Amino acid sequence: MILARVLGNIVATQKNERYESARVMLCEQITPEGQSTGTTMLALDSVDAGAGDMVLIVQEGWSASTASTGKPGAAIDSAIVGVVDRIDLLSEEQG
Amino acid sequence: MQLARVIGTVVATIKNESLEGRKLLVVQTLNKDLKPQGKPMVAVDSVGAGIGELVFWCRGKEASFPFKRDDTPTDCTIVGIVDSEAHVTKR
Repeated sequence: MILARVLGNIVATQKNERYESARVMLCEQITPEGQSTGTTMLALDSVDAGAGDMVLIVQEGWSASTASTGKPGAAIDSAIVGVVDRIDLLSEEQG
Repeated sequence: MQLARVIGTVVATIKNESLEGRKLLVVQTLNKDLKPQGKPMVAVDSVGAGIGELVFWCRGKEASFPFKRDDTPTDCTIVGIVDSEAHVTKR
């Protein structure tokens, strides 16, 4: 799983039927310290995450489909599966 | 999934038979500011996307799931068309 910050969402009327009623969130990968890495990606929301939240994103199809739609086998490759409250790092690991 | 812009089409007469009738499009992945991120690649279309449109694609094995024949050999498929640039909201 990767750490990311939710930036917002996108609206698409014409989309794969398995995306119906799902929220497609625009996210940016971050370091454990919260610094932006400049890499952006989309992920389906399964935990009611909102803009500004630090989240966990799983980038594996079976898990992502199951988490966001309840069933595997959808054309979904990443999903938000958790909202991060806090990260504690060893002091020597802090940048 | 990633946001991308359709920047071209690909014509390939000889191809795997389960790709027959499929539209192959050149997509440029975009970052949060809708600026190019990485190199363009070829995606199979599953939603009727066209050149110039803002879309999003899915990668990996899951890319073949939109098709009836889920042995369709693709690792990148367009699965949605973003309504407009204004429909990419960010805080």
